[in-house]
Amino acid sequence: MAFLTELRWSPYAVGIGIGILSWLSFLISRKPLATSTSFAKTSGMIERLFSGKDVAQKPYYQKIGLGVDWQWMLVVGIIAGSLISALLSGDFRLQWVPSLWADAFGGNPLLRVIVALVGGVLIGFGARLADGCTSGHGISGTLQLAVSSWISAVFFFIGGILTAHVIFTLIG
Amino acid sequence: MQTSGSVDERTQTSTPKKDISPLFGGLAFGIVFGFLLHKGGATKYDVIVGQLLLTDFTVLKIMLSAVLTGMIGIHVMKTLGWVELYPKAGSAGMNIVGGLIFGMGFAVLGYCPGTIAGAIGNGALDALVGGLAGILIGSGLFAALYPRLSKGILKKGYFGDLTFPRLFKVNDWVIVIPAATLIFAVLYWLERSGL
Repeated sequence: MAFLTELRWSPYAVGIGIGILSWLSFLISRKPLATSTSFAKTSGMIERLFSGKDVAQKPYYQKIGLGVDWQWMLVVGIIAGSLISALLSGDFRLQWVPSLWADAFGGNPLLRVIVALVGGVLIGFGARLADGCTSGHGISGTLQLAVSSWISAVFFFIGGILTAHVIFTLIG
Repeated sequence: MQTSGSVDERTQTSTPKKDISPLFGGLAFGIVFGFLLHKGGATKYDVIVGQLLLTDFTVLKIMLSAVLTGMIGIHVMKTLGWVELYPKAGSAGMNIVGGLIFGMGFAVLGYCPGTIAGAIGNGALDALVGGLAGILIGSGLFAALYPRLSKGILKKGYFGDLTFPRLFKVNDWVIVIPAATLIFAVLYWLERSGL
């Protein structure tokens, strides 16, 4: 069982593992692996806490439905699974600023958190507009040969590669 | 799936009990998914942004080998009648504009919705405090604007829940085999060029 405590596995072993996991989720749960809708549900549920029941009547929340479901628990599971793997391999570390960011922009946690917040707003909005993210479109949708997912995945990376180069080459 | 729900409602009107077993299923799949993402390094900002800067191809290797494995297996099971597919409906407005906005956020944040959950499990506080809050705000913003967006950009160039085999009106395997070959060739080329 020594492989469980290794820090890194081959990306191919991990990818094949995720591919097999997707077979099982189609077969057993009748659902593709996807995550981003759960963030929209969470956002609606938090808003409902403060503004009351009417929030659930918003057309988008009626469409996706608010509440804890299979996919919401999948996201909770991802946090737990990553934590387990990190603890087993001695890689769990509380960190405000990733090293690649720190090398280019310094170690100020506030700056990094503000930028992460802005990036998160874009990701949250973009994922809803595209109706999926790197898992729902990028892996589960492309493997079903869905046209919407291949277009989305290509534009995720076009947008991402261009923006990363602007941030790190022009600004950093 | 949905039929079992309606049977429950009819037979259990007096004691409305919700079936919570899907929640455990989701949790179990998530734990394995998160474990794999961490073992692959995909819960780390440096690895994800390294991919977007084209200096570290870990993320692409993981994704392409997952798609290759998943695509073949899912289509074998579909041919055998074991599973059905759930392709998402799309439009040019949704997938191109949404894709580009997502991509910008992907580079600025350095995590995506799946990997940010993994990053939080790995201890990334920028993911927990900044990124997660941002994703919730961005999703809420979309929900607020949805009535207007659904009449405008979401409908632009609508093509529905199309798949490539249906688009070209061919058997699934006419697309799966060349697609699998192409993905394998890209992975082989990545290794050959030492990336």
